[in-house]
Amino acid sequence: MTNEAATIGLTHGGSEDTGLGHRGPESKSIVVPYGFWLFVLSDMVLFSALFATYATLVLATDGGPTTNQLFDRNLVAIETIALLVSSFTCGLAIIAARRSNMVWAQAWLLVTGLLGAVFLSIELYEFAIMIGEGAGPQRSAFLSSFFTLVGCHGAHVTAGLLWIGTMMAQVWAKGFQPHIMRRLLCLSVFWHALDIIWVAIFTIVYLIGTLP
Amino acid sequence: MFGKLSWDAIPFHDPIPLFTSLVVILALAALAIWVWRKGWWPYLWHQYITSTDHKKIGIMYIVLGLLMLVRGFSDAIMMRLQQSMAIGASQGYLPPEHYNQIFSAHGTIMIFFVAMPLVIGFMNFVVPLQLGVRDVAFPTMNNVSFWLTASGALLINVSLFVGEFARTGWLAYPPLSELRFSPGVGVDYYLVALQISGVGTILTAVNFVTTILKIRAPGMSYMRMPVFCWTSLASNLLILAAFPVLTVTLGLLMLDRYLGFHFFTNDGGGNSMLYMNLIWVWGHPEVYILILPAFGIYSEVAATFSGKPLFGYRSMVFATLAICIISFCVWLHHFFTMGAGADVNAVFGIASMIIAIPTGVKIFNWLFTMYGGRVRFSVPMHYLIGFMLTFVIGGLTGVLLAIPPVDFVVHNTLFLIAHFHQVIIGGVVFAIMAGYTYWFPKAFGFTLDERLGKAVFWCWFIGFHLAFMPLYVLGFWGGTRRLQHISDPSWAPWLHVALLGAVIIGVGIVLTVVQLLYSIRTRDQRRDVTGDPWDGRTLEWLTLSPPPHYNFAVLPDVHGEEAYWTRKQTAIKQVALIEEPDYQPIEMPVDTPTGVICAFFTSLCGFAVIWHIWWLAILGLIGAFAVLVWYAWRDEHEHLIPVGEVRKNARERRRIRMEHLHELSQST
Repeated sequence: MTNEAATIGLTHGGSEDTGLGHRGPESKSIVVPYGFWLFVLSDMVLFSALFATYATLVLATDGGPTTNQLFDRNLVAIETIALLVSSFTCGLAIIAARRSNMVWAQAWLLVTGLLGAVFLSIELYEFAIMIGEGAGPQRSAFLSSFFTLVGCHGAHVTAGLLWIGTMMAQVWAKGFQPHIMRRLLCLSVFWHALDIIWVAIFTIVYLIGTLP
Repeated sequence: MFGKLSWDAIPFHDPIPLFTSLVVILALAALAIWVWRKGWWPYLWHQYITSTDHKKIGIMYIVLGLLMLVRGFSDAIMMRLQQSMAIGASQGYLPPEHYNQIFSAHGTIMIFFVAMPLVIGFMNFVVPLQLGVRDVAFPTMNNVSFWLTASGALLINVSLFVGEFARTGWLAYPPLSELRFSPGVGVDYYLVALQISGVGTILTAVNFVTTILKIRAPGMSYMRMPVFCWTSLASNLLILAAFPVLTVTLGLLMLDRYLGFHFFTNDGGGNSMLYMNLIWVWGHPEVYILILPAFGIYSEVAATFSGKPLFGYRSMVFATLAICIISFCVWLHHFFTMGAGADVNAVFGIASMIIAIPTGVKIFNWLFTMYGGRVRFSVPMHYLIGFMLTFVIGGLTGVLLAIPPVDFVVHNTLFLIAHFHQVIIGGVVFAIMAGYTYWFPKAFGFTLDERLGKAVFWCWFIGFHLAFMPLYVLGFWGGTRRLQHISDPSWAPWLHVALLGAVIIGVGIVLTVVQLLYSIRTRDQRRDVTGDPWDGRTLEWLTLSPPPHYNFAVLPDVHGEEAYWTRKQTAIKQVALIEEPDYQPIEMPVDTPTGVICAFFTSLCGFAVIWHIWWLAILGLIGAFAVLVWYAWRDEHEHLIPVGEVRKNARERRRIRMEHLHELSQST
């Protein structure tokens, strides 16, 4: 019996991790990420509803600006690079944590958070410019759906930043205990999922929106 | 400072809500003082409010659901009374703006705060026991889910006393629900309360899908799970896929109302049809979220009270999963008349009819389970038979509504109202009453009075048919739903019969309370000593009633379907229990006030958002986040139940079971 299995509260014994659960309850190292994956999937459903809304309303500009007049590919390219690289550094942070390397784990988490902040700043800058031009979310149904879809992703990134900060403090205070490691794993799943959603936003909103 | 909140929000000039809320507030205060005088607060706090025990949380859900049932039923009887009074020259006793709030509150409360908590309550109580394990995957999150649901229910009820409720119907269709046409806080109460409880529901789904797929007793492979676990799995998968869409839909409407966005407005390019599509992409799966666990309850009841394994277990599982998938392909049948065109309507009409096939499979399975069985006509069996009679008619009127040309005739009429009450009362409510009777002894250690239980059943059964059959007739005559005044006097007799039906259901609800009190008083005559009062077949009957916190001293080994039945038959044949296992100390999650404190801050935040008190909203959010971080910082995750205690309890159970076995062997 592994140490991990012994600390599981619901069960005694723990299984040999077939993943299917028919040999008895799975250990927490399987159960916790599995539950978190399910949550991430439900989050994906949430975004899919927002994408559907955007697709329905993208042409409802009410005489206001259209996608081609608003979006700037270059700015979005920088944004995208920042977020994709942050996913990479997030992976590095997990590797460092697996090796119980406090300094590098903290450093890579910090870099991840900073890149996320860069992404968020560019997004807010873009929003500010658009609102300044009179292309705020109240202007048309299209802009309402644009600000909501992209803004909801931004809100997720903000929540991710808050989580990264909390985890840095926790790792610092508690070290690499099994439950802290599980949380780090969930955090990285969350962060990568935001990347996936961003790739979809980048394609459906910005690339298609700036087609001539 | 206080946003839109002022003394005008209290209904001083409106006697009905004022009087009701004062009575409710006084009753709650009296109850709190009584509990305090009895010295029960510490018990309640430790055993229920902060409990991470799935059984306790399940019971709290069911108590919440039953309390809200009384609230929702009061709304119902007020509506029936108004409709049977306000005919011809009479205007009845409810002005339109109040009547509109009542039917909106009735629908919202009955679906979100009666049916959902009751169904989730049964899943909580039963699923881990049937799977032969000690708790759900995330016990603390389970507690948080419950308190978020309770927080939503609280906000809905606060609207009775502070401000108003929505006048828009239970799904708050725009543009009526937009700020321009509903400037009051009613729709905001609706939106915020549902958002908060919706988060709780999604967390519940995460919890139960993980539990059912990952945490089962050794040997409990998928095709050995009791059908209730299968239907719970399907229902939670539906929640996981459907509730985020509800969150989005309500969120977009909030953005329209709070920040002047243009999703569903008439101007700015908004599209209110988008709302209809989104809300029903959630709304149609929602009815299956409710009915699938109900089907599971009926399956357990059918097998147990027929003394036979469930007929067609595999077809039952496949029918469940088929319904789970098809339920996402039918949402458009809720608005055939809104101009999608004949082709689209045909596709969705056919898909809606196809759902009747797996449902029919299930009905035949229950019938064949009873066929050739030794059927015991106790209370849950009454509900099963009553359900089959009622639900088949309700299903057929549903198939009728699924035919677009017919739907054009009866759309939004009382025919529709009769149809969905027939499937929800005949399907979900009957199942809840059956499950309540069936699992009550497991929860509290004594059975409910059988005679009063049958009286309750007949009240529901007769009352339901009297209340809703007239509505089919009126629907065919063109009677639209939600009428505050009826101009055609020839409808009067039908409406009076409907009122009589509602009153009979009311008698049934009163008798339920009487049954509970009477059963508590006479509990010593009805003790469930063995833990298996109904000659059950699934693992929850293996342990004592009520089960210890950890459910099972040793996780049961499952060999084959009907895990407990096989084991019991072997024991009876050999007049011996299985060899005494080697007991180990058991680690259980510690109780925590995280859920209730978190929900306190969430309620504050919700209330503040409704009334535009922004500083309080931010304070509430910070508070909720701080509680979660505080919880995450804990060091003690589990507490250990010493092996001595486990052994003592287990030996006591074995002694009782041995006695019972000897009695059985002497009687045969």
